[in-house]
Amino acid sequence: MSASDTQSADVERIWEVLDQVKDPEIPAVSIIEMGMIAGVERTDASTVVRMTPTFAACPAIELMKGLVRDALTDAGYANVSVQIVFDPPWTTDRITEAGLVKLQGFGLAPPERMDGREVSPADLADVPCPYCSSKHTSMESPFGPTLCRSIHYCNDCLQSFEHIKPVG
Amino acid sequence: MTTFANAESVAGEVKDALIDLIYRLADDDLILGHRNSVWTGLAPILEADIAMSSLAQDEIGQAVAYYTLLHELGEDDPDTLAFARGVEDYRCASLTVLDRGDWAFTTVRQYFYDVYKTHRLAALTESAYVPLAQLARKVRGEQKYHMMHSRMWVSRLGDATDESHQRMQAAVDALYGHALGLFEPTPHEAVAVEAGFCVAEADLLAAWRAEVEPMFEQAGLTSPGDAKPVYGGRRGAHAAELQTLLDEMQQVYRLEPTAAW
Repeated sequence: MSASDTQSADVERIWEVLDQVKDPEIPAVSIIEMGMIAGVERTDASTVVRMTPTFAACPAIELMKGLVRDALTDAGYANVSVQIVFDPPWTTDRITEAGLVKLQGFGLAPPERMDGREVSPADLADVPCPYCSSKHTSMESPFGPTLCRSIHYCNDCLQSFEHIKPVG
Repeated sequence: MTTFANAESVAGEVKDALIDLIYRLADDDLILGHRNSVWTGLAPILEADIAMSSLAQDEIGQAVAYYTLLHELGEDDPDTLAFARGVEDYRCASLTVLDRGDWAFTTVRQYFYDVYKTHRLAALTESAYVPLAQLARKVRGEQKYHMMHSRMWVSRLGDATDESHQRMQAAVDALYGHALGLFEPTPHEAVAVEAGFCVAEADLLAAWRAEVEPMFEQAGLTSPGDAKPVYGGRRGAHAAELQTLLDEMQQVYRLEPTAAW
Protein backbone atom coordinates (compact mmCIF):
# COMPACT_ATOMS: atom_id res chain seq x y z
CA MET A 1 0.00 0.00 0.00
CA SER A 2 1.20 3.54 -0.70
CA ALA A 3 1.53 6.06 2.12
CA SER A 4 -1.70 7.83 1.10
CA ASP A 5 -3.63 4.52 1.02
CA THR A 6 -2.39 3.78 4.53
CA GLN A 7 -3.50 7.20 5.65
CA SER A 8 -7.01 6.98 4.13
CA ALA A 9 -7.52 3.51 5.63
CA ASP A 10 -6.50 5.05 8.93
CA VAL A 11 -9.02 7.90 8.59
CA GLU A 12 -11.70 5.33 7.79
CA ARG A 13 -10.85 3.52 11.03
CA ILE A 14 -11.12 6.81 12.94
CA TRP A 15 -14.67 7.25 11.63
CA GLU A 16 -15.46 3.73 12.85
CA VAL A 17 -14.17 4.61 16.32
CA LEU A 18 -16.21 7.84 16.32
CA ASP A 19 -19.34 5.87 15.38
CA GLN A 20 -19.03 4.18 18.80
CA VAL A 21 -19.26 7.56 20.60
CA LYS A 22 -22.88 8.14 21.55
CA ASP A 23 -24.77 11.41 21.95
CA PRO A 24 -24.87 11.75 25.76
CA GLU A 25 -28.43 13.10 25.66
CA ILE A 26 -29.67 10.47 23.17
CA PRO A 27 -27.55 7.36 23.74
CA ALA A 28 -29.34 5.46 20.94
CA VAL A 29 -27.47 7.44 18.26
CA SER A 30 -23.79 8.12 17.64
CA ILE A 31 -22.29 11.54 17.09
CA ILE A 32 -21.74 10.55 13.44
CA GLU A 33 -25.39 9.54 13.00
CA MET A 34 -26.33 12.92 14.49
CA GLY A 35 -24.18 14.59 11.81
CA MET A 36 -21.88 16.29 14.31
CA ILE A 37 -18.53 15.30 12.78
CA ALA A 38 -17.50 17.80 10.11
CA GLY A 39 -14.16 16.22 9.28
CA VAL A 40 -11.09 14.28 10.41
CA GLU A 41 -7.45 15.10 9.60
CA ARG A 42 -4.67 12.69 10.37
CA THR A 43 -0.94 13.39 10.15
CA ASP A 44 1.95 11.33 11.49
CA ALA A 45 2.01 13.47 14.63
CA SER A 46 -1.61 14.30 15.36
CA THR A 47 -5.30 13.63 14.81
CA VAL A 48 -7.73 16.53 14.52
CA VAL A 49 -11.51 16.01 14.68
CA ARG A 50 -13.74 18.93 13.64
CA MET A 51 -17.11 18.87 15.40
CA THR A 52 -20.10 21.07 14.46
CA PRO A 53 -22.42 21.34 17.50
CA THR A 54 -26.18 20.90 17.18
CA PHE A 55 -26.83 24.15 19.08
CA ALA A 56 -24.24 26.82 19.92
CA ALA A 57 -25.33 26.56 23.56
CA CYS A 58 -25.42 22.75 23.75
CA PRO A 59 -24.17 21.98 27.29
CA ALA A 60 -22.81 18.60 26.19
CA ILE A 61 -20.12 20.05 23.89
CA GLU A 62 -17.28 19.82 26.42
CA LEU A 63 -18.41 16.36 27.49
CA MET A 64 -18.46 15.13 23.87
CA LYS A 65 -15.02 16.61 23.16
CA GLY A 66 -13.72 14.54 26.07
CA LEU A 67 -15.53 11.38 24.86
CA VAL A 68 -14.01 11.78 21.38
CA ARG A 69 -10.52 12.37 22.77
CA ASP A 70 -10.79 9.36 25.08
CA ALA A 71 -12.18 7.03 22.38
CA LEU A 72 -9.38 7.87 19.92
CA THR A 73 -6.65 7.83 22.55
CA ASP A 74 -7.87 4.39 23.73
CA ALA A 75 -7.76 3.23 20.08
CA GLY A 76 -4.07 4.15 19.96
CA TYR A 77 -4.06 7.61 18.40
CA ALA A 78 -1.69 10.23 19.79
CA ASN A 79 -2.16 13.98 20.12
CA VAL A 80 -5.92 13.95 19.53
CA SER A 81 -7.60 17.35 19.44
CA VAL A 82 -11.22 18.30 18.85
CA GLN A 83 -12.07 21.64 17.24
CA ILE A 84 -15.55 23.14 17.51
CA VAL A 85 -16.55 24.66 14.16
CA PHE A 86 -19.68 26.38 12.85
CA ASP A 87 -18.81 25.72 9.22
CA PRO A 88 -20.59 23.74 7.97
CA PRO A 89 -23.42 24.77 10.32
CA TRP A 90 -25.23 21.78 11.84
CA THR A 91 -28.75 21.31 10.53
CA THR A 92 -31.12 18.41 11.11
CA ASP A 93 -30.54 17.38 7.47
CA ARG A 94 -27.07 16.24 8.62
CA ILE A 95 -28.68 13.42 10.67
CA THR A 96 -28.16 10.15 8.75
CA GLU A 97 -31.04 7.92 7.60
CA ALA A 98 -29.95 5.32 10.19
CA GLY A 99 -29.95 8.09 12.79
CA LEU A 100 -33.55 9.05 11.98
CA VAL A 101 -34.69 5.44 12.42
CA LYS A 102 -32.88 5.15 15.77
CA LEU A 103 -34.37 8.43 17.02
CA GLN A 104 -37.83 7.08 16.25
CA GLY A 105 -36.98 3.85 18.09
CA PHE A 106 -35.82 5.91 21.08
CA GLY A 107 -39.29 7.52 21.24
CA LEU A 108 -38.32 10.84 19.66
CA ALA A 109 -40.20 11.94 16.56
CA PRO A 110 -37.49 12.53 13.92
CA PRO A 111 -37.22 15.91 12.16
CA GLU A 112 -38.60 16.43 8.66
CA ARG A 113 -36.01 16.97 5.93
CA MET A 114 -35.62 20.70 5.31
CA ASP A 115 -33.68 20.65 1.99
CA GLY A 116 -32.56 24.24 2.51
CA ARG A 117 -36.01 25.47 3.56
CA GLU A 118 -36.41 27.64 6.65
CA VAL A 119 -38.52 26.26 9.47
CA SER A 120 -42.08 27.58 9.88
CA PRO A 121 -44.83 26.91 12.45
CA ALA A 122 -46.45 24.53 9.92
CA ASP A 123 -43.45 22.20 10.31
CA LEU A 124 -44.42 21.66 13.95
CA ALA A 125 -48.19 21.44 13.57
CA ASP A 126 -48.86 17.76 12.79
CA VAL A 127 -45.69 15.84 13.59
CA PRO A 128 -46.35 12.07 13.38
CA CYS A 129 -46.55 10.45 16.82
CA PRO A 130 -43.48 8.18 17.38
CA TYR A 131 -45.66 5.68 19.30
CA CYS A 132 -48.77 5.23 17.09
CA SER A 133 -47.82 7.14 13.89
CA SER A 134 -50.97 9.28 14.05
CA LYS A 135 -50.69 12.74 12.53
CA HIS A 136 -53.56 13.94 14.71
CA THR A 137 -51.12 15.74 17.01
CA SER A 138 -50.50 19.26 18.24
CA MET A 139 -47.46 21.19 19.35
CA GLU A 140 -47.42 22.06 23.04
CA SER A 141 -44.17 24.07 23.05
CA PRO A 142 -41.38 24.83 20.58
CA PHE A 143 -38.95 24.39 23.50
CA GLY A 144 -38.40 21.14 25.37
CA PRO A 145 -36.16 19.46 27.93
CA THR A 146 -33.12 19.99 25.70
CA LEU A 147 -32.49 22.77 23.17
CA CYS A 148 -32.93 20.42 20.20
CA ARG A 149 -36.44 19.15 21.17
CA SER A 150 -40.00 20.45 21.04
CA ILE A 151 -42.97 19.02 22.99
CA HIS A 152 -46.10 17.61 21.29
CA TYR A 153 -49.29 15.77 22.21
CA CYS A 154 -50.94 12.90 20.35
CA ASN A 155 -54.73 13.26 20.27
CA ASP A 156 -55.17 9.57 19.33
CA CYS A 157 -52.97 7.65 21.78
CA LEU A 158 -53.16 10.51 24.32
CA GLN A 159 -49.40 10.60 24.92
CA SER A 160 -47.05 13.51 25.18
CA PHE A 161 -43.98 13.06 23.01
CA GLU A 162 -40.82 14.90 22.06
CA HIS A 163 -39.59 15.77 18.59
CA ILE A 164 -36.14 16.67 17.32
CA LYS A 165 -37.09 20.07 15.98
CA PRO A 166 -36.11 20.77 12.41
CA VAL A 167 -33.27 23.26 11.94
CA GLY A 168 -32.66 24.33 8.34
CA MET B 1 -16.09 42.49 -1.59
CA THR B 2 -12.83 41.85 0.25
CA THR B 3 -13.30 39.26 2.93
CA PHE B 4 -11.27 38.73 6.09
CA ALA B 5 -10.62 35.03 6.64
CA ASN B 6 -9.50 35.12 10.26
CA ALA B 7 -8.27 37.24 13.18
CA GLU B 8 -4.83 37.67 11.63
CA SER B 9 -6.31 39.36 8.56
CA VAL B 10 -7.71 42.43 10.39
CA ALA B 11 -5.72 45.31 11.88
CA GLY B 12 -5.89 48.94 12.95
CA GLU B 13 -9.18 50.83 12.98
CA VAL B 14 -10.87 48.05 10.99
CA LYS B 15 -10.06 45.60 13.78
CA ASP B 16 -11.24 48.09 16.43
CA ALA B 17 -14.57 48.44 14.60
CA LEU B 18 -14.98 44.67 14.36
CA ILE B 19 -14.26 44.21 18.06
CA ASP B 20 -16.78 46.93 18.94
CA LEU B 21 -19.45 45.22 16.81
CA ILE B 22 -18.89 41.79 18.37
CA TYR B 23 -18.96 43.21 21.91
CA ARG B 24 -22.40 44.69 21.18
CA LEU B 25 -23.69 41.32 19.91
CA ALA B 26 -22.16 39.37 22.80
CA ASP B 27 -23.17 41.69 25.62
CA ASP B 28 -26.79 42.01 24.43
CA ASP B 29 -27.12 38.22 24.46
CA LEU B 30 -25.36 37.73 27.78
CA ILE B 31 -27.33 40.36 29.68
CA LEU B 32 -30.73 39.52 28.20
CA GLY B 33 -29.95 35.83 28.72
CA HIS B 34 -29.29 36.56 32.38
CA ARG B 35 -32.52 38.54 32.70
CA ASN B 36 -34.48 35.72 31.05
CA SER B 37 -32.92 33.11 33.33
CA VAL B 38 -34.65 34.64 36.36
CA TRP B 39 -37.99 33.41 34.97
CA THR B 40 -36.91 29.80 35.55
CA GLY B 41 -39.46 28.42 37.99
CA LEU B 42 -41.64 31.55 37.90
CA ALA B 43 -43.20 31.82 34.42
CA PRO B 44 -47.02 31.70 34.21
CA ILE B 45 -47.27 28.18 32.73
CA LEU B 46 -44.85 25.26 32.54
CA GLU B 47 -44.28 25.56 28.77
CA ALA B 48 -43.46 29.26 29.15
CA ASP B 49 -41.06 28.42 31.95
CA ILE B 50 -39.20 25.90 29.79
CA ALA B 51 -39.21 28.39 26.91
CA MET B 52 -37.67 31.20 28.99
CA SER B 53 -35.00 28.85 30.31
CA SER B 54 -34.24 27.70 26.76
CA LEU B 55 -34.09 31.28 25.47
CA ALA B 56 -31.67 32.14 28.28
CA GLN B 57 -29.53 29.08 27.57
CA ASP B 58 -29.38 29.85 23.82
CA GLU B 59 -28.56 33.51 24.42
CA ILE B 60 -25.81 32.86 26.94
CA GLY B 61 -24.36 30.08 24.76
CA GLN B 62 -24.38 32.38 21.73
CA ALA B 63 -22.68 35.07 23.83
CA VAL B 64 -19.92 32.55 24.63
CA ALA B 65 -19.48 31.93 20.89
CA TYR B 66 -19.12 35.69 20.27
CA TYR B 67 -16.68 36.05 23.20
CA THR B 68 -14.66 33.21 21.66
CA LEU B 69 -14.40 35.24 18.44
CA LEU B 70 -13.24 38.21 20.53
CA HIS B 71 -10.63 36.03 22.25
CA GLU B 72 -9.29 35.04 18.81
CA LEU B 73 -9.01 38.78 18.11
CA GLY B 74 -6.78 39.27 21.14
CA GLU B 75 -9.34 40.09 23.87
CA ASP B 76 -9.52 38.20 27.17
CA ASP B 77 -10.94 34.68 27.44
CA PRO B 78 -14.76 34.27 27.49
CA ASP B 79 -15.09 33.79 31.26
CA THR B 80 -13.06 36.91 31.98
CA LEU B 81 -15.09 38.92 29.46
CA ALA B 82 -18.39 37.76 30.92
CA PHE B 83 -17.53 37.91 34.61
CA ALA B 84 -14.58 40.21 35.26
CA ARG B 85 -15.26 43.43 33.37
CA GLY B 86 -16.45 46.65 34.95
CA VAL B 87 -19.91 48.02 34.15
CA GLU B 88 -18.57 50.72 31.81
CA ASP B 89 -16.93 48.04 29.62
CA TYR B 90 -20.26 46.45 28.62
CA ARG B 91 -21.76 47.49 25.28
CA CYS B 92 -25.31 46.14 25.72
CA ALA B 93 -28.33 48.29 24.85
CA SER B 94 -30.60 49.50 27.67
CA LEU B 95 -33.43 47.24 26.38
CA THR B 96 -31.52 44.20 27.62
CA VAL B 97 -30.56 45.76 30.95
CA LEU B 98 -34.02 46.57 32.34
CA ASP B 99 -35.34 44.46 35.20
CA ARG B 100 -37.74 41.74 34.07
CA GLY B 101 -41.07 43.46 34.85
CA ASP B 102 -44.33 41.53 34.42
CA TRP B 103 -45.00 38.88 31.76
CA ALA B 104 -46.24 41.45 29.23
CA PHE B 105 -43.07 43.50 29.72
CA THR B 106 -40.93 40.38 29.24
CA THR B 107 -42.91 39.38 26.15
CA VAL B 108 -42.68 42.79 24.45
CA ARG B 109 -38.99 43.17 25.31
CA GLN B 110 -38.23 39.73 23.87
CA TYR B 111 -40.27 40.46 20.74
CA PHE B 112 -38.49 43.77 20.12
CA TYR B 113 -35.13 42.11 20.66
CA ASP B 114 -35.93 39.04 18.52
CA VAL B 115 -37.04 41.16 15.55
CA TYR B 116 -33.80 43.15 15.87
CA LYS B 117 -31.68 40.03 16.23
CA THR B 118 -33.34 38.23 13.33
CA HIS B 119 -32.57 41.09 10.93
CA ARG B 120 -29.12 41.60 12.45
CA LEU B 121 -28.25 37.91 11.90
CA ALA B 122 -29.62 37.88 8.36
CA ALA B 123 -27.24 40.73 7.47
CA LEU B 124 -24.34 39.16 9.37
CA THR B 125 -24.54 35.96 7.31
CA GLU B 126 -23.02 38.14 4.55
CA SER B 127 -20.39 39.70 6.83
CA ALA B 128 -16.93 40.24 5.35
CA TYR B 129 -15.46 38.75 8.55
CA VAL B 130 -15.79 35.06 7.68
CA PRO B 131 -15.84 33.60 11.24
CA LEU B 132 -18.67 36.01 12.13
CA ALA B 133 -20.63 35.12 8.97
CA GLN B 134 -20.26 31.40 9.79
CA LEU B 135 -21.44 31.89 13.35
CA ALA B 136 -24.40 34.01 12.16
CA ARG B 137 -25.49 31.26 9.76
CA LYS B 138 -25.46 28.83 12.68
CA VAL B 139 -27.29 31.07 15.16
CA ARG B 140 -29.89 32.10 12.59
CA GLY B 141 -31.39 28.60 12.55
CA GLU B 142 -31.76 28.69 16.34
CA GLN B 143 -33.18 32.22 16.27
CA LYS B 144 -36.15 31.04 14.13
CA TYR B 145 -37.57 29.37 17.24
CA HIS B 146 -37.12 32.48 19.37
CA MET B 147 -38.96 34.54 16.78
CA MET B 148 -41.76 31.98 16.52
CA HIS B 149 -42.20 32.07 20.30
CA SER B 150 -42.20 35.89 20.53
CA ARG B 151 -44.65 36.38 17.64
CA MET B 152 -47.06 33.86 19.12
CA TRP B 153 -47.17 35.59 22.52
CA VAL B 154 -47.50 39.15 21.14
CA SER B 155 -50.22 38.13 18.75
CA ARG B 156 -52.16 36.32 21.50
CA LEU B 157 -51.80 38.80 24.35
CA GLY B 158 -52.17 42.00 22.31
CA ASP B 159 -55.94 41.68 22.13
CA ALA B 160 -56.88 38.64 24.25
CA THR B 161 -58.60 40.46 27.14
CA ASP B 162 -58.85 44.07 28.32
CA GLU B 163 -56.22 43.43 30.97
CA SER B 164 -53.81 41.67 28.62
CA HIS B 165 -54.21 44.49 26.09
CA GLN B 166 -53.62 47.18 28.71
CA ARG B 167 -50.54 45.48 30.08
CA MET B 168 -49.11 44.86 26.61
CA GLN B 169 -49.74 48.44 25.50
CA ALA B 170 -48.16 49.76 28.71
CA ALA B 171 -45.09 47.59 28.01
CA VAL B 172 -44.89 48.88 24.42
CA ASP B 173 -45.07 52.48 25.66
CA ALA B 174 -42.37 51.85 28.28
CA LEU B 175 -40.03 49.88 26.01
CA TYR B 176 -40.27 51.50 22.57
CA GLY B 177 -37.55 54.11 23.21
CA HIS B 178 -35.27 51.42 24.65
CA ALA B 179 -35.85 49.29 21.53
CA LEU B 180 -34.79 52.25 19.36
CA GLY B 181 -31.62 52.37 21.48
CA LEU B 182 -30.59 48.99 20.01
CA PHE B 183 -29.71 50.94 16.87
CA GLU B 184 -27.56 53.56 18.60
CA PRO B 185 -24.89 54.85 16.20
CA THR B 186 -21.31 54.27 17.33
CA PRO B 187 -18.09 56.06 16.31
CA HIS B 188 -16.95 52.79 14.67
CA GLU B 189 -20.05 52.33 12.51
CA ALA B 190 -18.78 53.96 9.31
CA VAL B 191 -15.60 51.86 9.32
CA ALA B 192 -17.50 48.64 10.11
CA VAL B 193 -19.98 49.23 7.28
CA GLU B 194 -17.22 50.24 4.86
CA ALA B 195 -15.32 47.04 5.68
CA GLY B 196 -18.50 45.01 5.03
CA PHE B 197 -18.74 43.64 8.58
CA CYS B 198 -22.36 44.76 9.05
CA VAL B 199 -25.08 46.98 7.58
CA ALA B 200 -25.85 50.54 8.74
CA GLU B 201 -27.88 50.81 11.95
CA ALA B 202 -30.43 53.01 10.13
CA ASP B 203 -31.04 50.22 7.58
CA LEU B 204 -31.57 47.70 10.38
CA LEU B 205 -34.00 50.07 12.09
CA ALA B 206 -36.02 50.44 8.88
CA ALA B 207 -36.27 46.65 8.59
CA TRP B 208 -37.28 46.43 12.27
CA ARG B 209 -40.09 48.99 11.89
CA ALA B 210 -41.34 47.31 8.70
CA GLU B 211 -41.82 44.09 10.65
CA VAL B 212 -43.12 45.48 13.96
CA GLU B 213 -45.84 47.74 12.51
CA PRO B 214 -47.92 45.05 10.73
CA MET B 215 -47.68 42.79 13.79
CA PHE B 216 -48.93 45.58 16.04
CA GLU B 217 -51.82 46.24 13.69
CA GLN B 218 -52.80 42.58 13.83
CA ALA B 219 -52.36 42.43 17.63
CA GLY B 220 -54.26 45.68 18.30
CA LEU B 221 -51.21 47.52 19.66
CA THR B 222 -49.98 51.03 18.85
CA SER B 223 -46.42 52.32 18.52
CA PRO B 224 -45.92 55.54 20.48
CA GLY B 225 -45.20 58.19 17.86
CA ASP B 226 -43.11 60.36 20.16
CA ALA B 227 -40.74 57.76 21.67
CA LYS B 228 -37.19 59.09 21.99
CA PRO B 229 -34.34 56.59 21.55
CA VAL B 230 -32.58 55.71 24.81
CA TYR B 231 -28.88 55.86 23.92
CA GLY B 232 -25.75 55.30 25.98
CA GLY B 233 -25.47 51.52 26.23
CA ARG B 234 -23.28 51.19 23.15
CA ARG B 235 -20.68 53.51 24.71
CA GLY B 236 -20.85 51.99 28.21
CA ALA B 237 -23.16 54.54 29.89
CA HIS B 238 -25.71 52.35 31.70
CA ALA B 239 -28.53 52.73 34.21
CA ALA B 240 -27.75 51.64 37.79
CA GLU B 241 -29.71 48.42 37.14
CA LEU B 242 -26.76 46.97 35.21
CA GLN B 243 -24.41 47.35 38.17
CA THR B 244 -26.95 45.55 40.36
CA LEU B 245 -27.22 42.77 37.79
CA LEU B 246 -23.42 42.43 37.50
CA ASP B 247 -22.99 42.38 41.28
CA GLU B 248 -25.23 39.31 41.35
CA MET B 249 -24.00 37.65 38.13
CA GLN B 250 -20.29 38.10 38.87
CA GLN B 251 -20.50 37.36 42.60
CA VAL B 252 -19.44 33.71 42.53
CA TYR B 253 -16.75 34.20 39.87
CA ARG B 254 -15.17 37.05 41.80
CA LEU B 255 -14.91 34.94 44.98
CA GLU B 256 -12.24 32.78 43.30
CA PRO B 257 -11.45 33.82 39.71
CA THR B 258 -8.86 31.07 39.22
CA ALA B 259 -11.16 28.23 40.33
CA ALA B 260 -11.67 25.40 37.85
CA TRP B 261 -15.29 24.26 37.30
